[in-house]
Amino acid sequence: MAEVLERVTKIIVDRLGVEESEVKLEASFKDDLGADSLDVVELVMELEDEFDMEISDDDAEKIATVGDAVNYIKASQ
Amino acid sequence: MTLSLNGKTFVVMGVANKRSIAWGIAKSLHDAGARLIFTYAGERLEKSVRELAESLEDAHSLVLPCDVTSDEDIAKCFGTIKEEAGVIHGIAHCIAFAHKEELQGEYMNTTRDGFLLAHNISSYSLTAIAKEAKGLMTEGGSIVTLTYLGGEKVVKNYNVMGVAKASLDASVKYLANDLGKDGIRVNSISAGPIRTLSAKGISEFNSILKEIEERAPLRKTTTPEEVGDTALFLFSSLSRGITGENIHVDSGYHIL
Repeated sequence: MAEVLERVTKIIVDRLGVEESEVKLEASFKDDLGADSLDVVELVMELEDEFDMEISDDDAEKIATVGDAVNYIKASQ
Repeated sequence: MTLSLNGKTFVVMGVANKRSIAWGIAKSLHDAGARLIFTYAGERLEKSVRELAESLEDAHSLVLPCDVTSDEDIAKCFGTIKEEAGVIHGIAHCIAFAHKEELQGEYMNTTRDGFLLAHNISSYSLTAIAKEAKGLMTEGGSIVTLTYLGGEKVVKNYNVMGVAKASLDASVKYLANDLGKDGIRVNSISAGPIRTLSAKGISEFNSILKEIEERAPLRKTTTPEEVGDTALFLFSSLSRGITGENIHVDSGYHIL
Protein backbone atom coordinates (compact mmCIF):
# COMPACT_ATOMS: atom_id res chain seq x y z
CA MET A 1 0.00 0.00 0.00
CA ALA A 2 2.67 2.48 1.02
CA GLU A 3 4.61 2.06 -2.18
CA VAL A 4 1.55 2.50 -4.38
CA LEU A 5 0.44 5.55 -2.40
CA GLU A 6 3.91 7.03 -2.70
CA ARG A 7 3.95 6.68 -6.49
CA VAL A 8 0.37 7.95 -6.81
CA THR A 9 1.20 10.91 -4.59
CA LYS A 10 4.18 11.86 -6.69
CA ILE A 11 2.06 11.85 -9.85
CA ILE A 12 -0.66 13.96 -8.21
CA VAL A 13 1.86 16.48 -6.86
CA ASP A 14 3.47 16.75 -10.31
CA ARG A 15 0.24 17.01 -12.26
CA LEU A 16 -1.87 19.17 -10.01
CA GLY A 17 0.85 21.28 -8.43
CA VAL A 18 -0.44 20.60 -4.91
CA GLU A 19 1.57 20.09 -1.72
CA GLU A 20 2.37 16.51 -0.76
CA SER A 21 0.66 17.09 2.59
CA GLU A 22 -2.65 17.76 0.80
CA VAL A 23 -2.64 14.35 -0.87
CA LYS A 24 -4.62 12.35 1.68
CA LEU A 25 -6.50 9.13 0.97
CA GLU A 26 -9.86 10.82 1.49
CA ALA A 27 -8.97 13.85 -0.66
CA SER A 28 -11.25 14.31 -3.67
CA PHE A 29 -9.45 15.16 -6.90
CA LYS A 30 -12.06 17.69 -7.94
CA ASP A 31 -13.19 19.12 -4.59
CA ASP A 32 -10.00 19.08 -2.54
CA LEU A 33 -7.15 19.02 -5.05
CA GLY A 34 -8.59 21.47 -7.58
CA ALA A 35 -8.56 19.10 -10.55
CA ASP A 36 -10.81 19.84 -13.53
CA SER A 37 -12.10 17.16 -15.88
CA LEU A 38 -9.02 17.36 -18.13
CA ASP A 39 -6.73 17.04 -15.11
CA VAL A 40 -8.56 13.87 -14.14
CA VAL A 41 -8.09 12.40 -17.63
CA GLU A 42 -4.39 13.31 -17.52
CA LEU A 43 -4.06 11.73 -14.07
CA VAL A 44 -5.71 8.54 -15.28
CA MET A 45 -3.29 8.38 -18.21
CA GLU A 46 -0.29 8.97 -15.94
CA LEU A 47 -1.48 6.22 -13.61
CA GLU A 48 -1.97 3.85 -16.55
CA ASP A 49 1.62 4.50 -17.62
CA GLU A 50 3.12 4.36 -14.14
CA PHE A 51 1.45 1.08 -13.19
CA ASP A 52 1.37 -0.40 -16.71
CA MET A 53 -2.36 -0.98 -16.56
CA GLU A 54 -5.51 -0.03 -18.32
CA ILE A 55 -8.30 1.85 -16.59
CA SER A 56 -11.60 1.54 -18.46
CA ASP A 57 -13.81 4.60 -18.97
CA ASP A 58 -16.39 3.23 -16.55
CA ASP A 59 -13.81 2.53 -13.87
CA ALA A 60 -12.13 5.90 -14.37
CA GLU A 61 -15.43 7.63 -13.68
CA LYS A 62 -15.65 5.92 -10.30
CA ILE A 63 -12.24 7.14 -9.16
CA ALA A 64 -13.04 10.28 -7.19
CA THR A 65 -10.53 10.28 -4.34
CA VAL A 66 -6.86 9.46 -3.85
CA GLY A 67 -7.97 6.39 -1.88
CA ASP A 68 -10.15 5.23 -4.80
CA ALA A 69 -7.14 5.40 -7.11
CA VAL A 70 -4.86 3.55 -4.70
CA ASN A 71 -7.45 0.84 -4.06
CA TYR A 72 -8.11 0.41 -7.77
CA ILE A 73 -4.42 -0.01 -8.50
CA LYS A 74 -3.94 -2.43 -5.60
CA ALA A 75 -6.91 -4.50 -6.72
CA SER A 76 -5.66 -4.77 -10.29
CA GLN A 77 -2.10 -5.78 -9.40
CA MET B 1 16.84 19.56 -51.43
CA THR B 2 17.00 18.96 -47.76
CA LEU B 3 15.01 18.26 -44.63
CA SER B 4 16.73 21.12 -42.85
CA LEU B 5 14.41 23.92 -41.76
CA ASN B 6 17.16 26.21 -40.51
CA GLY B 7 16.10 29.84 -40.51
CA LYS B 8 12.45 28.97 -41.06
CA THR B 9 9.55 29.70 -38.74
CA PHE B 10 6.54 27.45 -38.13
CA VAL B 11 3.39 27.94 -36.12
CA VAL B 12 2.28 24.89 -34.14
CA MET B 13 -1.33 25.14 -33.00
CA GLY B 14 -2.87 22.70 -30.58
CA VAL B 15 -0.25 21.39 -28.15
CA ALA B 16 -2.01 20.36 -24.93
CA ASN B 17 0.63 18.25 -23.22
CA LYS B 18 3.61 15.98 -23.84
CA ARG B 19 1.38 13.33 -25.43
CA SER B 20 -0.06 15.70 -28.04
CA ILE B 21 0.49 14.88 -31.71
CA ALA B 22 1.22 18.60 -32.11
CA TRP B 23 4.12 18.15 -29.68
CA GLY B 24 5.47 15.27 -31.78
CA ILE B 25 5.38 17.61 -34.78
CA ALA B 26 7.03 20.42 -32.79
CA LYS B 27 9.90 18.12 -31.77
CA SER B 28 10.52 17.02 -35.37
CA LEU B 29 10.49 20.64 -36.57
CA HIS B 30 12.78 21.73 -33.77
CA ASP B 31 15.24 18.93 -34.51
CA ALA B 32 15.31 20.10 -38.14
CA GLY B 33 16.34 23.57 -36.99
CA ALA B 34 13.03 25.41 -37.29
CA ARG B 35 12.00 28.28 -35.07
CA LEU B 36 8.64 27.57 -33.45
CA ILE B 37 5.65 29.61 -32.45
CA PHE B 38 3.10 27.79 -30.30
CA THR B 39 -0.52 28.80 -29.91
CA TYR B 40 -2.85 27.49 -27.23
CA ALA B 41 -6.56 27.83 -26.50
CA GLY B 42 -7.52 29.01 -23.04
CA GLU B 43 -5.46 29.86 -19.99
CA ARG B 44 -5.72 26.34 -18.70
CA LEU B 45 -3.24 25.07 -21.28
CA GLU B 46 -0.81 27.99 -21.17
CA LYS B 47 1.39 26.65 -18.39
CA SER B 48 1.72 23.23 -19.97
CA VAL B 49 2.57 24.66 -23.41
CA ARG B 50 5.09 27.13 -21.96
CA GLU B 51 6.84 24.40 -20.00
CA LEU B 52 7.10 22.23 -23.09
CA ALA B 53 8.25 25.12 -25.28
CA GLU B 54 10.94 25.98 -22.74
CA SER B 55 12.12 22.37 -22.65
CA LEU B 56 13.35 22.68 -26.25
CA GLU B 57 17.04 23.52 -26.28
CA ASP B 58 17.99 26.94 -27.69
CA ALA B 59 14.50 27.28 -29.09
CA HIS B 60 13.42 30.78 -28.00
CA SER B 61 9.90 29.83 -29.03
CA LEU B 62 7.05 32.25 -28.93
CA VAL B 63 3.91 31.14 -27.07
CA LEU B 64 0.65 32.92 -27.87
CA PRO B 65 -3.04 32.49 -27.06
CA CYS B 66 -5.37 31.84 -29.99
CA ASP B 67 -9.05 31.05 -29.68
CA VAL B 68 -9.84 29.69 -33.13
CA THR B 69 -13.58 30.24 -32.69
CA SER B 70 -12.97 34.00 -32.85
CA ASP B 71 -11.92 35.74 -36.07
CA GLU B 72 -10.68 38.68 -34.02
CA ASP B 73 -8.52 36.41 -31.90
CA ILE B 74 -7.01 34.72 -34.96
CA ALA B 75 -6.30 38.13 -36.52
CA LYS B 76 -4.73 39.35 -33.29
CA CYS B 77 -2.61 36.22 -32.95
CA PHE B 78 -1.25 36.39 -36.49
CA GLY B 79 -0.80 40.15 -36.11
CA THR B 80 1.52 39.45 -33.18
CA ILE B 81 3.27 36.73 -35.16
CA LYS B 82 3.83 39.18 -38.00
CA GLU B 83 5.36 41.72 -35.62
CA GLU B 84 7.58 39.14 -33.94
CA ALA B 85 8.59 36.90 -36.83
CA GLY B 86 7.71 38.76 -40.03
CA VAL B 87 7.58 35.78 -42.34
CA ILE B 88 6.36 32.28 -41.51
CA HIS B 89 6.88 29.13 -43.55
CA GLY B 90 4.20 26.83 -42.32
CA ILE B 91 1.44 26.01 -39.88
CA ALA B 92 0.64 22.78 -38.08
CA HIS B 93 -3.10 22.85 -37.40
CA CYS B 94 -3.74 20.24 -34.70
CA ILE B 95 -7.05 21.43 -33.36
CA ALA B 96 -10.33 19.59 -32.87
CA PHE B 97 -13.14 19.50 -30.38
CA ALA B 98 -16.47 17.81 -29.83
CA HIS B 99 -18.61 17.27 -26.77
CA LYS B 100 -17.53 14.08 -25.02
CA GLU B 101 -21.11 12.89 -24.76
CA GLU B 102 -21.40 12.99 -28.57
CA LEU B 103 -18.37 10.73 -29.02
CA GLN B 104 -20.37 7.68 -28.03
CA GLY B 105 -23.57 5.93 -29.00
CA GLU B 106 -25.29 6.81 -32.25
CA TYR B 107 -24.24 9.66 -34.53
CA MET B 108 -27.90 10.38 -35.16
CA ASN B 109 -28.23 11.84 -31.67
CA THR B 110 -25.79 14.66 -32.38
CA THR B 111 -27.31 18.00 -31.38
CA ARG B 112 -27.31 21.01 -33.66
CA ASP B 113 -25.08 22.85 -31.19
CA GLY B 114 -22.70 19.92 -30.92
CA PHE B 115 -22.55 19.59 -34.69
CA LEU B 116 -21.80 23.27 -35.21
CA LEU B 117 -19.26 23.37 -32.40
CA ALA B 118 -17.34 20.38 -33.75
CA HIS B 119 -17.29 21.85 -37.25
CA ASN B 120 -16.43 25.35 -36.06
CA ILE B 121 -13.38 24.31 -34.04
CA SER B 122 -12.23 21.25 -35.99
CA SER B 123 -12.87 22.31 -39.57
CA TYR B 124 -13.67 25.98 -40.14
CA SER B 125 -10.67 27.00 -38.03
CA LEU B 126 -8.31 25.75 -40.76
CA THR B 127 -9.93 28.00 -43.34
CA ALA B 128 -9.97 31.01 -41.02
CA ILE B 129 -6.32 30.48 -40.11
CA ALA B 130 -5.22 29.92 -43.72
CA LYS B 131 -6.83 33.21 -44.75
CA GLU B 132 -5.14 35.12 -41.94
CA ALA B 133 -1.75 33.43 -42.35
CA LYS B 134 -1.54 33.74 -46.13
CA GLY B 135 -0.09 37.25 -45.90
CA LEU B 136 2.73 36.02 -43.67
CA MET B 137 3.81 33.21 -45.99
CA THR B 138 5.46 35.48 -48.52
CA GLU B 139 8.25 33.00 -49.21
CA GLY B 140 5.78 30.19 -49.89
CA GLY B 141 4.49 27.90 -47.21
CA SER B 142 3.08 24.60 -46.13
CA ILE B 143 0.00 24.05 -44.03
CA VAL B 144 -0.52 20.65 -42.42
CA THR B 145 -3.64 19.59 -40.58
CA LEU B 146 -4.53 16.39 -38.74
CA THR B 147 -7.42 14.27 -39.87
CA TYR B 148 -8.59 10.75 -39.11
CA LEU B 149 -9.97 7.69 -40.86
CA GLY B 150 -13.30 8.38 -39.16
CA GLY B 151 -13.86 11.11 -41.76
CA GLU B 152 -13.60 8.59 -44.62
CA LYS B 153 -15.39 5.62 -43.12
CA VAL B 154 -17.56 4.93 -40.12
CA VAL B 155 -15.44 4.42 -37.02
CA LYS B 156 -17.37 3.44 -33.91
CA ASN B 157 -17.96 6.30 -31.47
CA TYR B 158 -16.09 8.85 -33.61
CA ASN B 159 -19.47 10.17 -34.77
CA VAL B 160 -19.73 13.94 -35.23
CA MET B 161 -15.95 14.27 -35.22
CA GLY B 162 -15.85 12.02 -38.28
CA VAL B 163 -18.29 14.28 -40.07
CA ALA B 164 -16.20 17.30 -39.06
CA LYS B 165 -13.04 15.57 -40.35
CA ALA B 166 -14.77 14.93 -43.69
CA SER B 167 -15.44 18.66 -43.86
CA LEU B 168 -11.82 19.34 -42.94
CA ASP B 169 -10.61 16.94 -45.66
CA ALA B 170 -12.67 18.78 -48.28
CA SER B 171 -11.37 22.12 -46.98
CA VAL B 172 -7.80 20.89 -47.48
CA LYS B 173 -8.53 20.36 -51.16
CA TYR B 174 -10.28 23.69 -51.73
CA LEU B 175 -7.64 25.59 -49.77
CA ALA B 176 -4.88 23.81 -51.68
CA ASN B 177 -6.47 25.04 -54.90
CA ASP B 178 -6.90 28.60 -53.63
CA LEU B 179 -3.41 28.92 -52.20
CA GLY B 180 -1.40 27.02 -54.79
CA LYS B 181 -0.84 30.12 -56.88
CA ASP B 182 0.78 31.76 -53.86
CA GLY B 183 3.20 28.90 -53.44
CA ILE B 184 1.39 27.66 -50.35
CA ARG B 185 0.69 23.93 -50.07
CA VAL B 186 -2.06 22.43 -47.92
CA ASN B 187 -2.01 18.78 -46.87
CA SER B 188 -3.28 16.55 -44.12
CA ILE B 189 -1.99 13.63 -42.13
CA SER B 190 -4.42 10.93 -41.14
CA ALA B 191 -2.81 9.58 -37.99
CA GLY B 192 -3.70 6.23 -36.53
CA PRO B 193 -5.19 6.37 -33.04
CA ILE B 194 -2.70 7.78 -30.52
CA ARG B 195 -3.24 7.87 -26.77
CA THR B 196 -3.66 11.63 -26.39
CA LEU B 197 -5.77 13.69 -24.04
CA SER B 198 -8.28 14.30 -26.85
CA ALA B 199 -8.42 10.65 -27.85
CA LYS B 200 -9.28 9.65 -24.29
CA GLY B 201 -12.51 11.57 -24.77
CA ILE B 202 -13.62 8.94 -27.28
CA SER B 203 -15.58 6.17 -25.67
CA GLU B 204 -13.71 2.82 -25.38
CA PHE B 205 -10.54 4.30 -26.84
CA ASN B 206 -8.26 1.64 -25.33
CA SER B 207 -10.08 -1.06 -27.30
CA ILE B 208 -9.43 0.86 -30.54
CA LEU B 209 -5.69 0.77 -29.80
CA LYS B 210 -5.81 -2.96 -29.17
CA GLU B 211 -7.47 -3.52 -32.55
CA ILE B 212 -4.64 -1.62 -34.29
CA GLU B 213 -1.93 -3.63 -32.52
CA GLU B 214 -3.57 -6.86 -33.59
CA ARG B 215 -4.66 -6.04 -37.13
CA ALA B 216 -2.75 -3.10 -38.68
CA PRO B 217 -0.19 -4.25 -41.29
CA LEU B 218 2.70 -2.98 -39.17
CA ARG B 219 1.15 -4.55 -36.01
CA LYS B 220 1.82 -1.52 -33.84
CA THR B 221 0.11 1.69 -32.86
CA THR B 222 1.10 5.05 -34.29
CA THR B 223 3.40 7.36 -32.31
CA PRO B 224 3.40 11.18 -32.27
CA GLU B 225 7.01 10.99 -33.48
CA GLU B 226 5.97 9.10 -36.62
CA VAL B 227 3.40 11.78 -37.37
CA GLY B 228 5.97 14.47 -36.55
CA ASP B 229 8.45 13.10 -39.07
CA THR B 230 5.82 12.91 -41.80
CA ALA B 231 4.83 16.49 -40.99
CA LEU B 232 8.50 17.44 -41.28
CA PHE B 233 8.52 15.96 -44.78
CA LEU B 234 5.37 17.91 -45.69
CA PHE B 235 6.92 21.11 -44.32
CA SER B 236 10.21 20.58 -46.13
CA SER B 237 11.04 21.17 -49.77
CA LEU B 238 11.19 17.41 -50.27
CA SER B 239 7.41 17.49 -50.64
CA ARG B 240 7.36 20.58 -52.88
CA GLY B 241 5.26 18.82 -55.52
CA ILE B 242 2.54 17.70 -53.10
CA THR B 243 -0.60 19.64 -52.23
CA GLY B 244 -4.21 18.78 -51.44
CA GLU B 245 -2.99 15.37 -50.31
CA ASN B 246 -3.76 13.22 -47.30
CA ILE B 247 -1.06 10.87 -46.00
CA HIS B 248 -2.09 8.03 -43.71
CA VAL B 249 0.42 7.53 -40.90
CA ASP B 250 -1.42 4.67 -39.30
CA SER B 251 0.67 1.49 -39.59
CA GLY B 252 -1.33 0.81 -42.76
CA TYR B 253 -4.63 0.26 -40.99
CA HIS B 254 -6.62 2.25 -43.56
CA ILE B 255 -6.08 -0.39 -46.27
CA LEU B 256 -7.99 -3.02 -44.34
